[in-house]
Amino acid sequence: MPLAPARPQTFWSRHKRSLTPWLFLAPGLVMFLLYVLIPIVQSVWISFHDWDGLGEKVWIGIENYVELLDDDTFYVSLKNNVLWLLLYLLAIPGGLAVALFLNQTVFGIRLYKSLFFFPFVISQVVVGLMFTWFYAPDFGLFSALIEWLTGEQVAILADERFVTYGIIVAGLWPQTAYCMILYLTGLNNINPEQVEAARMDGAKGLKLLWHVILPQLAPASFIALVVTVIGSLRSFDLVSIMTAGGPYGSSQVLSYFMYEQALSEYGFRMGYGAAIAVVLFLIMMVFITVFIVRMLSQERNG
Amino acid sequence: MRFLKSLAGLSLSAALLSSSAFAGEIILNSDQSDPAPRQAMEELIADFQAKHPDITVKWNNFDHEGYKSAIRNFLTADAPDVAAWYAGNRMEPFVKAGLFEDVSDVWEANGLNDELKSAAASMTIDGKKWGVPYTYYQWGIYYRKDIFAEQGITPPKTWDELLAACAKLKEAGISPFTIGTKALWPTGGWFDYLDLRVNGYEFHMDLTSGKVPYTDPRVKAVFEKWAELVEPGYFVENHAAIDWQDAIPHLVQGKAAMYLMGNFAVAAMKDGGLKEDQIGFLQFPQINPDLPMAEEAPTDTFHIPSGAKNKEDAKVFLAYLASPEAQSKMNKTLGQLPVNSKSETPEDPFLDAGFKMLSNAYALAQFYDRDAPAAMAKAGMEGFQEFMVKPDKVDDILARLDKVRERAYK
Repeated sequence: MPLAPARPQTFWSRHKRSLTPWLFLAPGLVMFLLYVLIPIVQSVWISFHDWDGLGEKVWIGIENYVELLDDDTFYVSLKNNVLWLLLYLLAIPGGLAVALFLNQTVFGIRLYKSLFFFPFVISQVVVGLMFTWFYAPDFGLFSALIEWLTGEQVAILADERFVTYGIIVAGLWPQTAYCMILYLTGLNNINPEQVEAARMDGAKGLKLLWHVILPQLAPASFIALVVTVIGSLRSFDLVSIMTAGGPYGSSQVLSYFMYEQALSEYGFRMGYGAAIAVVLFLIMMVFITVFIVRMLSQERNG
Repeated sequence: MRFLKSLAGLSLSAALLSSSAFAGEIILNSDQSDPAPRQAMEELIADFQAKHPDITVKWNNFDHEGYKSAIRNFLTADAPDVAAWYAGNRMEPFVKAGLFEDVSDVWEANGLNDELKSAAASMTIDGKKWGVPYTYYQWGIYYRKDIFAEQGITPPKTWDELLAACAKLKEAGISPFTIGTKALWPTGGWFDYLDLRVNGYEFHMDLTSGKVPYTDPRVKAVFEKWAELVEPGYFVENHAAIDWQDAIPHLVQGKAAMYLMGNFAVAAMKDGGLKEDQIGFLQFPQINPDLPMAEEAPTDTFHIPSGAKNKEDAKVFLAYLASPEAQSKMNKTLGQLPVNSKSETPEDPFLDAGFKMLSNAYALAQFYDRDAPAAMAKAGMEGFQEFMVKPDKVDDILARLDKVRERAYK
């Protein structure tokens, strides 16, 4: 058997197999580095400075963080973020309920589905404006209703007791629609044989839902949880449109507080804003880590 | 690395392209997005070009709110030749960062030190002039003449008369004052006027430049006066939910009788259906009779960025902007007051009243959010809003404001 002539081994031909995946990954990695990782490092770096965005950066160490711990607005925002996080989760059972309700075949069901999905399609800004009018004292539908019921006017968005709840309700509307769509797709993949078998065994109603349907919806529930938690921490647009953090800062959340300090008309404290961003990032990191760990362990088991 | 460099080169050349002005062309950035200011600006530019045919003006008109953040970008990255901004402390960050050009020579050469005297102090930082003012307007109490007549109230001149008028209106089921504090700044007008009347102009300037703590008993005294209106409920309810425009229907429908506002509100009141003879204007009443009356008159200005390409022609433009004929015509369209004392006085009755009031004023304050630096203004007006809802928390609010003061002015 004649030996094949030994071809000169180039670097490329020797490492083809190991390099190719990286080459395919490269565009994505560059983007990720440029637009995600480097800005994160920059934010952390800026958070140790006093900087107005124009002049020289002055290194002040952890002073921004010290000030943050002494800032009432920070605690108000933190408290509101927790409220958002907890109440926003209502979107998941809400979305499930709507999805179960819509998961039937009657005439025009597609139209109903799209109507329920509608709030997720329109911009958050529009949602915010609609709810602002809805709550508006004197001419809003909601305040008219409250006045009719109790004889007293309540300006939801001007009352520090109700303002955050008012905004969360506005946020729940599109978020419920989002969860609904996730569950509707999940319901399409339900194994009909299992449901049939369960019915034969006499399971129905809530029992059927809890023991047969929900376990099969677990992937949808997981995604719904992830997007809802992250969505609640990013709650910026509605706060900005509906109250701008007011009245007197009582509806602040971390993301809006950061924007206000760093970028708004009365702000331009880049260092302080960056410090808030870092704190928000750390809080998000906790959740993201939990999610990723769970996802990885599932992949390994699956 | 090569890639990064070429990327940088690309963006640089793009920046150069967009700002390469021809000789004899000046680029002007401003925020006259409302109809009247826009028209005034168009006329100004047309008249200027007719007078100086060798110079053309390229005008970039920004949205009013967006301009406030855009200016920071374009002053550093791609400076125009002329930019609109505001007087007082509002321009200080740009002056201190070396982004505005010293235009004292324009003032000197055109006799502006004399003609624009009333605004000279608010255009001066470190003994130099940093821009040219072209318009201002008065603040004061606009009231429903017909309601006052019905209730037999004469326009109050002192604090006690004002309180008596408020009590009478309240008794008749009319809110004495309307206000919308959602955007915070309308509260600044109240604080400014109360401080100017209780403690005087010098104290107010010391306070807004950070020399006096907010925990000072004299500041507390201002809030005590304010509480005399807040506690009996002399302001409309739910004001924190509405903007300044939304407060006007209260006045139009006769649910409220007075509105402390800038003169720009008159146009909105007329749009709402009020006739000119239903609206009256009165100077904010006297509180401390020993103090000379200072007034609130925010001034709008034009500046030359230090990164401008065509400073020569930009200075010609500023000189024209400062001239009596330009200011007369512009302010007629704007419905505001010219700064140049040689300009024609306006025919509008409210402007005429404002003009008389401001010409006799002891001094002019710019407005809380222009006199105080941004961080302080924001916290301050938030505190004012909270006070107008919960007047008993005044001590907490003032302690908090002083914490912000210590940081904002260091």
